[in-house]
Amino acid sequence: MSQIPHFISTEPFDAEATVAAGSVVSERYARASQARLIWWRFLRHRLAVVSLLFLVVSYASILVVEFLAPYELNSRHTDFIFAPPQAVHLFHEGRFVGPFVYPLDYSLDMETLRRTYEPDRAQPLPIRFFCHGERYRMWGLIEADTHLVCPPEGGTLFLLGTDRLGRDMLSRMIYGARISLTIGLVGVTLSFILGISIGGLAGYFGGWVDATVQRVTEILRSLPELPLWLALSAALPLTWSPLLVYFGITLILALLDWPGLARAVRSKLFALREEDFVVAAEMLGASPRRIIFRHLLPNFMSHLIASASLSIPTMILAETALSFLGLGLRPPITSWGVLLSEAQNIEAVALYPWLLLPMLPVVLVVLAFSFVGDGLRDAVDPYQH
Amino acid sequence: MIRYLMQRIVTMAMTLAAVSVLVFAIIQLPPGDYLTSYIAEIQAQGEQVTADKIQFLREEYGLDKPVWEQYLVWVTGLVQGDLGYSFEYNQPVADVVGERMPLTLILNAATVIFIYLVSFPIGIYSATHQYSWSDHGLSFLGFLGLATPNFLLALILLYLANVWFGTSVGGLMAPEYIDAPWSLAKLGSVLAHLWVPVVVIGTAGTAGMIRRLRANLLDELNRQYVVTARAKGLPERRILFKYPLRMALNPFIADLGSILPQIVSGSVIISAVMSLPTTGPMLLSSLRSQDMYLAGSFLMFLAMLTVVGMFVSDILLAVLDPRIRLGVKGAR
Repeated sequence: MSQIPHFISTEPFDAEATVAAGSVVSERYARASQARLIWWRFLRHRLAVVSLLFLVVSYASILVVEFLAPYELNSRHTDFIFAPPQAVHLFHEGRFVGPFVYPLDYSLDMETLRRTYEPDRAQPLPIRFFCHGERYRMWGLIEADTHLVCPPEGGTLFLLGTDRLGRDMLSRMIYGARISLTIGLVGVTLSFILGISIGGLAGYFGGWVDATVQRVTEILRSLPELPLWLALSAALPLTWSPLLVYFGITLILALLDWPGLARAVRSKLFALREEDFVVAAEMLGASPRRIIFRHLLPNFMSHLIASASLSIPTMILAETALSFLGLGLRPPITSWGVLLSEAQNIEAVALYPWLLLPMLPVVLVVLAFSFVGDGLRDAVDPYQH
Repeated sequence: MIRYLMQRIVTMAMTLAAVSVLVFAIIQLPPGDYLTSYIAEIQAQGEQVTADKIQFLREEYGLDKPVWEQYLVWVTGLVQGDLGYSFEYNQPVADVVGERMPLTLILNAATVIFIYLVSFPIGIYSATHQYSWSDHGLSFLGFLGLATPNFLLALILLYLANVWFGTSVGGLMAPEYIDAPWSLAKLGSVLAHLWVPVVVIGTAGTAGMIRRLRANLLDELNRQYVVTARAKGLPERRILFKYPLRMALNPFIADLGSILPQIVSGSVIISAVMSLPTTGPMLLSSLRSQDMYLAGSFLMFLAMLTVVGMFVSDILLAVLDPRIRLGVKGAR
């Protein structure tokens, strides 16, 4: 072990001032609620805080997708099929003109029969901001036509290219966030309810209820998830409306996710039942209801929330994988997985690599959730520091 | 030990029985059966199906019996090695499946070996060089590996291979071997093609394994007996290998249970993306066409792979750790 550096201060020692200074800090800690302590510990995790901010912005943005997206979800541009991403320029012939794009010139390569698009460098078309573009219905209710960015007059704005029907990839990705981001939340909520009630029953009653739950969770946890997800979502009738399919998929995702939570709840309940403070509460005549909600639940709720936040990315990935394979959500609904299913064959990937772009938000969101989950898990553990 | 072994075998058999019920229930879930879609297809082609013919088909396929009887027929067949009849291919499932199951087995086993071979040295290195630059770098790579879904990794790899080499990296063997009988040359070709899917499927598992091994080893390295050993002047290498590594190995094997389902899931989707001749793509198509016995056998096979794998890991763990086979309370 290395030597610890040490020195002796020559300044006069004022005992009272030192205690006073210390007590301000310790009093702040002593009086802070559990939630506040967790929050303070969480704030120390830089990466987790940044990720949380990113997630908050992402989730806020799904409220105003219609405003953020330059085009509508399904507006087709038949003249621009598989157009590559257009670059945003600032300088035209050495002169600053602000953000603009060059219009695309379409030609068909007669030998390979491939569409080629060349930017026409003669005329810059400035991008418009806070402008009137395609009409849309905000939340399906309010009619409006204001967008954050619009394509220039008489030109196009495909920042991330277009797909096989000439639909703008960027707009579709922004719209897709609505489905992809919410499916994790809805799924986790469902699995949370299932996990807490089933695990709670097992932990509370013990005996054969507990044994049954234990066996069932063991079996479910030992099975490979994806094939089961596939089989279950293949069982969703084709006649279902998109909304029903959406809820069906979330239910399927939750069905295989709850065992982990149930086990955690059960083992925590078992451990806490023996604690002195529970015995004390019982001695004082507290009802089982009060013991469960006042003494037991707060003790492991934070743990559950942390572990649930770690299973959101799993759900997002699962939905992406299912939709990618064509057994999850189906085209009228647009999620990132549905967008990625266009990039399934190798020709599409080789010729139109921008079809792979929807994987970028998937990876970012999943990473962010993992960091937030890790930070939360560390923050709620009182014995860590 | 024998008692423990018997216990585990009974548990495994019961698990498999429960799984078979589950799988059968799932493949029965879609409304209608293969015949209804088959009849609809024939009628769509303008041909007539007589009631007699429908009745004949229904009896032929055993679809007229009650569900539990169908289940019993299916399960007894499974136990005897008869996988049932594929409606879509009009052949016994065993013939349709062909090489797919052994290839799936090879793919998954190779992935497990890959994960252990890679994560073991890296995990030890990370733990013994904690907070060094290489440790931070490896941790970052691990995070990225955990977050990137493996089918996206496969897509990126397909794209890069296409850009750099102009070839497709799909498939599990050179085209000339596809219908050839097994030979050394064919095995070599399979091994040469195997590494791409193995790396893709194994990335997430490897990253997780490195993290766990590092954490476990770090816990052990901070124990007092290590300090004592160091104080007594034992060489670092001996300190590391004598006890802490052995302790850290325990969860390493126990984790096989949690990475196996992950690997099997991964291999299904990767096989579909890279069109490997394993069970993945055929499982997908059979699910789409409601070819229930084919889908059922695949699901059952994949589930069996993980259940048996976990059984093996439990046995290994018991061999390694006397507390488990003797049933001592407080064992991990």
